[in-house]
Amino acid sequence: MDETVAEYIRRTVLKMPRDEIKMMLQKWGFLSEAQLQTLNFHQQKDNISQEVVQLCEENSAGIKQAAALDIIYNHIYQNKRMWSVYQMKKSGEEEEYFDIADFKKKFKGRIRSALKNVTITFKEYEDNAIWIRVAWGTPHKKPNQYKPSYVVYHSQTPYVFISASVLKSNLPLLCQALIVASNYRDIREMELRSHSLNSLKDIVFKRYSQNFQTYSPKPVQGWNVEPENADRRIVHENRSAKERIHRLNQESFGCGPQPKLEFAQYRLDTMFKSDPKMDVLDKKEPFRCLVKFSSPHLLESLKSLTPLGMADAPLSPLLTCITHKARNYFKIREKKESFVSP
Amino acid sequence: HLATSLPLPSERDHLRPRIDMVVFMIDITSKYSLKNVETSLAHVDANFFLGKVCFLVTGVGRVNACSIETNAVCKLAEAYCSPVLFCELELEGIRAATAQRLLRMLQICAGHIPGVSALSFVSLMRNSNDD
Repeated sequence: MDETVAEYIRRTVLKMPRDEIKMMLQKWGFLSEAQLQTLNFHQQKDNISQEVVQLCEENSAGIKQAAALDIIYNHIYQNKRMWSVYQMKKSGEEEEYFDIADFKKKFKGRIRSALKNVTITFKEYEDNAIWIRVAWGTPHKKPNQYKPSYVVYHSQTPYVFISASVLKSNLPLLCQALIVASNYRDIREMELRSHSLNSLKDIVFKRYSQNFQTYSPKPVQGWNVEPENADRRIVHENRSAKERIHRLNQESFGCGPQPKLEFAQYRLDTMFKSDPKMDVLDKKEPFRCLVKFSSPHLLESLKSLTPLGMADAPLSPLLTCITHKARNYFKIREKKESFVSP
Repeated sequence: HLATSLPLPSERDHLRPRIDMVVFMIDITSKYSLKNVETSLAHVDANFFLGKVCFLVTGVGRVNACSIETNAVCKLAEAYCSPVLFCELELEGIRAATAQRLLRMLQICAGHIPGVSALSFVSLMRNSNDD
């Protein structure tokens, strides 16, 4: 077995938490159940990984199998990576039947025609997600297995989720290969990024609970703002204000859990408006600044702002439009409309 | 009665009993909280400031999350001749003790303790920090 493959497998196993190694190896399916039984999972990870490499040696593992193990790890720990969303556009033809074998062939073909030194691995999952792992090399160097790009494609949708490696120069080739393989005409990057792949899917597939205009507005069970506080000795003076805030919040965010985003970034290119007496800026030039909101769960924190009294209701549409506009990176320019997208 | 700011909504005026004490709660982690209290103070009748107003600063256990200086709160309390209490609501023991203190003050403000009036709070204003 190739030394680089052995080292790669060893390092991949080391990344895994010790009590999950067995499960991941089983998912991998490359080592037999009998072989897995011989492993002692209670020793130090260093030793476990050495033993795993030993077994892989017996089975003559190649880079293909090592890459498959890497996909398994990254599928489970997908939230460690930063994902961007890309949208593809059809040429306007009618829907063609999606053939996975055809897709793989075209994808590999397109990439290999430009770059020989690549490792391409596919894995399909039950939710119709096709995971693609690409390790990039150069015309003179073998692929760098430690900085692969990951692509997640749901064939029934025009969306692709990419976690690119640091080598951004390979991105155009990757995008080209995707549109060729999937019979689309064009691909563009959306202004939507997050660590939570599922939340990104929720946003673009519209799987989060949206707020629709109800036919007849009637009090919903959610309107009892503090259901657990049934203590009749406490009187809330601002009950109607609280209910108004709650209603506005529901309209902005819907009632269900929010998709998980970590950032919202606003690049402002607007005129600085201040008290003329302060005379902060002599020149009448747009004031460029970057406003970034970050949080472990941005949308839930925005949703809690008004009920907690930390902001006035309703919240700025720039904050509430994030999910239905499917973007968390904005450019705001001075214009007649309050908000312009690039 | 709990309110998020003053003045109180007028639609409930007829349902409200006599107000004996007003406690302004300031969250030490929120500048907005202090600002809200400052603007609400303007709506309180001057008579209340003879011992019937108290400031309660919460969240003091969270040393790393302070957004307001205790100095600022103490200055505010001094300006309005009212005592300040500091507490951490997340700790049950302190929460219970603070509640008991407030209740005791309320009993005095409501005139339930013979021989002691709310005016005596003003003279008990010196806190242990002043030397």
